[in-house]
Amino acid sequence: MTLRETAPKLAPEQYEANFADISPRMTPRQAAIEAARCLYCFDAPCTIACPTHIDVPSFIKKIASNNLRGSARVILSANILGESCGRVCPTESLCEGACVMVEKGEQAIEIGRLQRYSVDHVLDCNIDLFTAGVPNGKKVACIGSGPASLACATELAKWGYAATIFDKNKLPGGLNTYGIAAYKTRAKDSLREVEMVKRLGIKFEQGKEVGRDAPFPLLESQFDAIFIGVGLGETWSLDLPGSDLHGVYNALEFIERTKTRNFAEVEIGRRVACIGAGNTAIDVVTAAHRLGAESVHLIYRRGESQIPAFRYEFELAQRDTVMFHWHTQPIRVIAESGAVAGLECVKTRPASGATKSSAPEAIPGSNFVIPVDMVVPAIGQKPVTEFLRPVKGIELKKNGTIAVNERNQTGNPKYFAAGDCVNGGKEVVDAVAEGMAAARGLDAWLGHPRAILSRSDA
Amino acid sequence: MADLKVKFCGIESPNPFWLASGPPSNTAGQVMRAFDAGWGGAVWKTIGEPIQNTSSRYGAIDYNGVRVMGFNNIELISDRPIEVNLKEIAEVKKRYPKHLVIASLMVESKKETWQDIVKRAEDAGSDALELNFGCPHGMSERGMGAAVGQVPDYTEMITSWAKEAARTPVISKLTPNVTDITQIAQAAERGGADAVSLINTINSLMGVDLESFAPRPVVAGKSSHGGYCGPAVKPIALHLVSSVAKKIKIPIVGIGGISNWTDAAEHIALGASIVQVCTAVMHYGFRIVEDMSDGLNAYMDDHHYRTTEDFRARAVPNVKDWGDLDLNYKVIADINHDLCIGCQLCYIACEDGAHQCIERAPITANANAKKNAHKMEVYVPKIIDEECVGCNLCALVCPVDNCITMRQINTGQPPMSWNQKVASF
Ligand SMILES: Cc1cc2nc3c(=O)[nH]c(=O)nc-3n(C[C@H](O)[C@H](O)[C@H](O)COP(=O)(O)OP(=O)(O)OC[C@H]3O[C@@H](n4cnc5c(N)ncnc54)[C@H](O)[C@@H]3O)c2cc1C
Ligand SMILES: Cc1cc2nc3c(=O)[nH]c(=O)nc-3n(C[C@H](O)[C@H](O)[C@H](O)COP(=O)(O)O)c2cc1C
Ligand code: SF4
Repeated sequence: MTLRETAPKLAPEQYEANFADISPRMTPRQAAIEAARCLYCFDAPCTIACPTHIDVPSFIKKIASNNLRGSARVILSANILGESCGRVCPTESLCEGACVMVEKGEQAIEIGRLQRYSVDHVLDCNIDLFTAGVPNGKKVACIGSGPASLACATELAKWGYAATIFDKNKLPGGLNTYGIAAYKTRAKDSLREVEMVKRLGIKFEQGKEVGRDAPFPLLESQFDAIFIGVGLGETWSLDLPGSDLHGVYNALEFIERTKTRNFAEVEIGRRVACIGAGNTAIDVVTAAHRLGAESVHLIYRRGESQIPAFRYEFELAQRDTVMFHWHTQPIRVIAESGAVAGLECVKTRPASGATKSSAPEAIPGSNFVIPVDMVVPAIGQKPVTEFLRPVKGIELKKNGTIAVNERNQTGNPKYFAAGDCVNGGKEVVDAVAEGMAAARGLDAWLGHPRAILSRSDA
Repeated sequence: MADLKVKFCGIESPNPFWLASGPPSNTAGQVMRAFDAGWGGAVWKTIGEPIQNTSSRYGAIDYNGVRVMGFNNIELISDRPIEVNLKEIAEVKKRYPKHLVIASLMVESKKETWQDIVKRAEDAGSDALELNFGCPHGMSERGMGAAVGQVPDYTEMITSWAKEAARTPVISKLTPNVTDITQIAQAAERGGADAVSLINTINSLMGVDLESFAPRPVVAGKSSHGGYCGPAVKPIALHLVSSVAKKIKIPIVGIGGISNWTDAAEHIALGASIVQVCTAVMHYGFRIVEDMSDGLNAYMDDHHYRTTEDFRARAVPNVKDWGDLDLNYKVIADINHDLCIGCQLCYIACEDGAHQCIERAPITANANAKKNAHKMEVYVPKIIDEECVGCNLCALVCPVDNCITMRQINTGQPPMSWNQKVASF
């Protein structure tokens, strides 16, 4: 089964150009000049705005003094995924958005790019800035190998815990490896970071789905505590006639292919429609455009001012000449000899007496068809926490997220949780911050076990 | 339109901007291009018995990513034969009769040798002579340059030898590598100098490569102290120019850290009749003189100065001994909270680096509205008026123009200097 019409294949160099790093690594000179612009604020707002509270002025001044190792240490001690975050954080809404330069009427300091510049240096040179703590005899299992778990396991390893990560995927890294747009970061970049974490002695059990391949009783008997960082699952499928046709893709599955295959091998329609206007939808339409789709449509039932995507992401899609259909709702996927041929839509308007959050209503008779070969719904990710039902005490909220206390501890005291599976889906940096908080909570719950050094060790 | 022409020791310069003796004034080709670009005069690269230079020979320090904040060299005088230099001077003068060519000279400390070179330079057509008593490296070990300029008697003696033979104005160029440059300036004046020029470069070592431990600039893994110049030395040059201006009657040529018209105007305000430039030309080329003329012109027009004489040395009387400053004059800092961007640099500077006179009050209402959008606790720095000593530090570190200003406070007391206070004991 193939798509009705696929986009023409591009030259290999063209794919590489289309998916080239949108915010490339700085040259030493660029970094020096940018670092020099930093005012070195005291009590800096960028540091406050960063969910992991990286001491930004401090790492930037270390770049200025050409102490890149020290700079990377400042970054990584607050956020072990500092390299990814430098690439993928929505900085204009975080650190750079808080930069006092903006208030001064100047460009914010390029904190994200400087951050990546420092960490790339230590990764390039294979410099390990941290060592595992002296074993304290405690073992922790981490479910999932995404940012939340990586951050949690790193903290624990530094304190002497033996951490083992279980992940159902072939490759570690969670969405950092499989999900985030290829022009921000590639799977190999994420894996390089994971290698750094591995060198702290953390064990990785890839291809092991907890609940199925590793049952809970076994985990509970082998580990002193368990951390849950399972993130969210695939995107919700469409509840429309025709949504089971070939050519209707799950958004994450489509994105995953761009991250794990050669670009030329990713099946892509000549004309593509994506439903939704969140950051994932933006990643879908920009990927479709960059893979060579001739026309790319984004369909959203509300107006432009209501889109959940960040402004900066939206502008990326605008630059990729995506056609936006505002106040539009799909009602049917149209087939032609078993393959997707079009998407029938209606225009929408705010329902009478509606509040801001209530769904808009369809305008009768406004039906129209967008001819497309591929439809990708990107209307939010499903929770994947059902597998926790057998665990006594863990409470799941209505939306499937895990309820935790201020220590990131679940209703079952042995279990801690953080990241997308708790916050309902935020950013990598939030998952890291929460994963670290969970590590602190877990450590406190176990009474801060630390190995006592004998005289000869000291 | 102001008139930038300057009457100097009986000769006329088209403007106050001269190339200082150095690499930019090494050859006829360069000097003629400089004149085409707008330079009024050029002091030729010092002429003497040809020497051999090292490779490399220049060093620079960068500041926060900005290149060449300070510059240094271990270069010696001209490496070309005297005859070649003099022939080229003649050629330049023939083609540019209105521009000034000043021969810079340095020879063995013998009367005949000095008087011989003075005559040859004048015969070649140079409009004036500059005696190089300043070169801090290489030449001084051979009894020339700074070896002369550091001893008042030698300075006086050699100046007088040159004067005896010269028909054109004699300018003695002074080294700053002395305890009291005014002594040397006065010695030159006693020797009959028509003018002094200052400063030559300052003894310096540009840095060390921390891998090879080779100092900079590196010559086969080694280095030697060299002469420091460029933007970093301007404050030192201004101080020395002004102190010399207070002590001698002959004209002064200001040199040191001049890159633009404001630098030049400051030298002039502190007493210089002419200014010379080297590093900035080495960095950017002869073209910088266009804005130096243009900017100085505009400044003079704005202030209705017809010639540079109208403001020359105007700042000299304001340079006082510390003991004459008014101790009852008081300023305190004033922060404009509408302009404040919340960097807290003034706070930490005063708290840790000065007098603990700034407090941080939690923010009110809509000031810093933008940052409140990030739901952060924001503090605005506030001066504790009674504690502020008026040191300027907060205003100096504030990155926003006009955000912190120093406001005069009426102390209700008449002016009183330390010297007056001591006298009244
Ligand atoms: C398309 C897309 C684009 C994004 N772009 C950005 C971006 O540009 N910038 C940004 O900051 N954030 C972005 N995000 C969000 C970011 O990826 C997530 O917030 C972050 O990865 C969350 O980390 P996590 O560790 O909580 O979960 P995940 O990264 O989702 O990792 C969870 C891991 O748990 C594993 N797992 C799940 N169930 C089990 C089980 N039962 N047993 C074993 N393993 C299991 C999964 O295989 C996965 O590897 C994007 C998200 C998506 C979907
Ligand atoms: C405001 C100020 C006051 C100073 N007061 C003194 C002093 O009282 N005694 C002293 O020996 N040096 C004093 N210094 C000189 C410094 O100790 C130091 O030698 C000089 O500033 C050079 O170092 P730096 O480049 O790190 O500033 C002072 C410097 C500054 C900036
Ligand atoms: S400027 Fe550079 S290229 Fe030119 S002579 Fe000097 S070292 Fe050689």
